Amino acid sequence: MATRTIRVEAIARVEGEGALDLHVRDGRVTRAQLRIFEPPRLFEALLRGRDCTEAPDITARICGICPVAYQMSAVHAMEDALGVTVGGPLRALRRLLYCGEWIESHALHVVMLHAPDFLGYPDAIQMAREHGDAVRGGLALKKAGNALMRLLGGREIHPVNVRVGGFYRVPAKSELGTVAEELKRARDIAIETARWAAKFPFPEFERDYEFVSLRHPDEYPFNEGRIVSSRGLDIEAREYDGEFEERHVAHSTALQSVLKKRGSYLVGPMARYNLNFDRLPAAVQALAGECGLGPQCRNPFKSIVIRAIEMVYACEEALALIAAYEAPAESAVPLVKRAGIGHACTEAPRGILYHRYVLEEDGSIREARIVPPTSQNQLSIEEDIREVASGALELADDALRDRCEQTIRNYDPCISCSCHFLKLAVHRE
Amino acid sequence: MTALGKRAGKVLVVGVGNPDRGDDGVGPMVARQLREWALPEAVIMERSGDALALMEDWAGHEAVVLVDAAAAPGGVAGRGTVPGRVHRIDLLEDALPPGLSLSSTHALGVAEAVGLARALGRLPGCLVAYAVVGEDFAPGAGLSPAVAAAAEGVVARVADEVRQLAKDPAHA
Repeated sequence: MATRTIRVEAIARVEGEGALDLHVRDGRVTRAQLRIFEPPRLFEALLRGRDCTEAPDITARICGICPVAYQMSAVHAMEDALGVTVGGPLRALRRLLYCGEWIESHALHVVMLHAPDFLGYPDAIQMAREHGDAVRGGLALKKAGNALMRLLGGREIHPVNVRVGGFYRVPAKSELGTVAEELKRARDIAIETARWAAKFPFPEFERDYEFVSLRHPDEYPFNEGRIVSSRGLDIEAREYDGEFEERHVAHSTALQSVLKKRGSYLVGPMARYNLNFDRLPAAVQALAGECGLGPQCRNPFKSIVIRAIEMVYACEEALALIAAYEAPAESAVPLVKRAGIGHACTEAPRGILYHRYVLEEDGSIREARIVPPTSQNQLSIEEDIREVASGALELADDALRDRCEQTIRNYDPCISCSCHFLKLAVHRE
Repeated sequence: MTALGKRAGKVLVVGVGNPDRGDDGVGPMVARQLREWALPEAVIMERSGDALALMEDWAGHEAVVLVDAAAAPGGVAGRGTVPGRVHRIDLLEDALPPGLSLSSTHALGVAEAVGLARALGRLPGCLVAYAVVGEDFAPGAGLSPAVAAAAEGVVARVADEVRQLAKDPAHA
């Protein structure tokens, strides 16, 4: 009996600490497990008893890469509980802030973390020697995203200017003008980055995923929309718990989400793109076509191209929002605290992020529930690894390990933040 | 003179580290103390040490001085890895002393910033690091006695270095 174990003790170039165990017996993959061993972070418990207005700042601390997503899901859920609707320029500013986060998060992943996989470099530093323009472009994109985050959020990491009902301070139109020039350059760089990524060699691989994302009547989704899937799901955020459930598995401290009726599903750029291609502006659709993407894409390795396309979209959308912006008279709508239950889902860079809160009469939080995109994608990641590895068993252990890690990085998993130390143990019998 | 021109004439001092992780806070501590010195030649910052942000910070500066904690992973023994020992390292010329690491536990750190900037041709003309060997990086801890004692000397040495670099950016 030939047994082969590929073990990645700590997956590099992802946000957080995870590991991979792959077991092969008699030429067949018998187990593929993404082990997440970060200690539980207990945010849902420490939110209990805090005021509803504190949730955006507390939950922003969950992630240094996508704090805006946590703030947006928190404020929308609280506004749902309090019966408040935020529209007009305040709503536009929220979309604009989200554009900043998508740009900086996608730029980091596409250029610094994922591209080296396709070009055969161990990291972005080695890659920079021969692909200096692309890396410089990635850094400029990240900087443009950060500039938006800083202007609207007060600072680029863990912004402090978002509040339930709106913002603490809103920018004057003239302030946005300075960022617009940087965003125009960023848009051009993003277009070049998409063309660059489109030329990478992509493994021939497709799976029949159930894609899940938000869908809005006329926008590519950030903050609002129904939760839809490629197999007919079409619900409001308040119906989320009826359709999805989180399960504990022994090898992971992160819960794994499934659709109760059908099991694994995929969230993130590829899901958004497949379910909302018709919501992209014609020029962005044309660029996708030029980059070899049709309206549908089921090859997860091409998610790097989709992320680049989404960066182009986010730059375009940010410029359109800035052009139309007129500063509102008030920076936030008034709130009246009351008991209630609020739900919201918004589109983090890595996919839908669900928040649910139960509030007491005085507006304090009785219960909090947060389902981040990576826990929703865990099962899909494991299924991808199983299939990718099954089709690549002829590779030597090192190459097989690299392919598996690349497969994980297709998801830009945000296990939390950090981790660079990689060990590989190969066990043969 | 343009804003960039004004900046270019000043020496950038970056205290790198996390003040909530024991001895990793020595860089920010030195930066804060330097602010109380009369050092018109310097721009002083405190940073977490993220490589990409560091590269942005030093853009436009001829001379940059970093103050960072160093770790001796794996308990490498020797005089150079004694807690509180201070190494002055010319990052453009010298290798790190044996057994020491300036890598961040959290993101791409100082070593990666230098590597990436070198690959992209974005190194400043002079880049010096003062690395203080730490012993305790526990969350919530303050500086250990050895590192706290060393920090005072580092403040004076960095101030001298800044004055010299302001006169002659090529002196390193």
